[in-house]
Amino acid sequence: MAEIDTGDTAWMIVSTALVMLMTPGLAFFYGGLVRRKNVLSIMMQCFVLLGVMSIQWVFFGYSLAFGPDHGGFIGDFSWAALIGVGAEPNADYAATIPHTLFMVFQMMFAVLTPALIIGAFAERMKFSAFVLFSVLWATIVYDPVAHWVWGVGGWLRDLGALDFAGGTVVHINAGMAALAAALVLGKRKGYPDTSPPHNLPFAILGAALLWFGWFGFNAGSALGANGLSVSAFVATQLGAAAAAVAWAAVEWIKGRRPTALGTISGAVAGLVAVTPAAGFVTPLGALGIGALAGLVCYLAVVVVKGRLGYDDSLDAFGVHGIGGMLGALLTGFWATTVINPAGADGVFHGNGKLLLWQFVALVVCAAYSFILSYGLLKLVDKVVGLRVSEENEGIGLDLTQHSESAYTLVG
Amino acid sequence: MKYIIAIIQPDRLDEVMAALEEEEVNLITVSDVMGRGRQKGVAEVYRSHVEKGGLLHKIKVEVAVSNNNVWQAVDAIARGARTGHIGDGKVFVLEMEECLRIRTGETGVSALA
Repeated sequence: MAEIDTGDTAWMIVSTALVMLMTPGLAFFYGGLVRRKNVLSIMMQCFVLLGVMSIQWVFFGYSLAFGPDHGGFIGDFSWAALIGVGAEPNADYAATIPHTLFMVFQMMFAVLTPALIIGAFAERMKFSAFVLFSVLWATIVYDPVAHWVWGVGGWLRDLGALDFAGGTVVHINAGMAALAAALVLGKRKGYPDTSPPHNLPFAILGAALLWFGWFGFNAGSALGANGLSVSAFVATQLGAAAAAVAWAAVEWIKGRRPTALGTISGAVAGLVAVTPAAGFVTPLGALGIGALAGLVCYLAVVVVKGRLGYDDSLDAFGVHGIGGMLGALLTGFWATTVINPAGADGVFHGNGKLLLWQFVALVVCAAYSFILSYGLLKLVDKVVGLRVSEENEGIGLDLTQHSESAYTLVG
Repeated sequence: MKYIIAIIQPDRLDEVMAALEEEEVNLITVSDVMGRGRQKGVAEVYRSHVEKGGLLHKIKVEVAVSNNNVWQAVDAIARGARTGHIGDGKVFVLEMEECLRIRTGETGVSALA
């Protein structure tokens, strides 16, 4: 039996709890950005995923993603309902912590990823359609892609593409699904003349919780308490810092004021972009990735989106999709085996091949997610209908989908 | 009797309250409102979303006075609210037909005091 390391185990329990906090953090981030009549619908969608996805994960999601491989494409059902997943470590994934801890750590990622997509269809999707789509998406898109990248025998893992903490599996995956959702659902009523965010302090609180939770997401992905996890921790901090500063600086230089929303958007973009790179790059590499993420995501969200005209309401594609793809590519430049001998050298360290692998992984995952998500949304539309009625959209989702209001006028 | 509605800058409320106090106007209601005048509001920017000439935060002060006290009250509000800058606000004076003190059933000017 492999030896359990108490230090590693303690850190991974904490990391798991940190990643769990990201989903409620996202609820506040997104919740603050919508109109007051829809804030509960966003928070409810995030919270429901904490329930539904945990159950999906235990019954079959974990087994599909990490269970014994079939053709490099997907796991099977032999770990369904956690059969054979116990306290004994699984040396293929994490040799020094209980297998159940690795399973629950990964569960938090499976909860968060579909929640990220909410930003694209906010304020107009039926709750029933949302639940159905999320479960199907997790099973048909997330679980296989997680297997390709992280599962033993997964074809991208064997190819040599690097994704330290889930830039491809989580952010490109969710970002492309978000783009599909924005296209399939169409614009909100009145877009682009919809009202501004109803509570920016909520959004800032949410971004703060995301940043905090991201330490578990990235540093926890070292799966132990060691030099690598600290290196990823530092990279996480610096990626977010550089991107927050970059976004605000671009706003300022362009002759507008630096905004609070821009600064937190930059921080999240930086966290997204540094995710695949966190365990492979130096602190200076992380700063470079963050600065570029702030700049590129600013252009995607503020300049390009307006011209293309789709309503990615809270910029789930613009931040997670674009930031994720940028991070995957930049990992191919800045990765170095000095930081992580199990990784690879990138372009800046004399190896151009890694960039090619990163590009292949990016394109395949992005295409798979976009096409499957598009199909699933069309399917759900046929079965239950994706959008609420125009009248209910006007009234708001809080009242029409959940019979609640976030704020009372008197009392 | 007259009903006076004033729209003022939020940071002038304390001065307006003090000036009304000096004129012994006691019946005051204050609320948070949004509004704009000729100058329109200030543009707000949220990522790609630009809110042109949005509404600005203002304070609405409402007082009810007898005909004898109208100009003291209006003057007090103007004195308290004036900065000389754009956006100082407006005072509207409306005819008021009746007034009832709910507790006692008194009506007319005696209900105002």
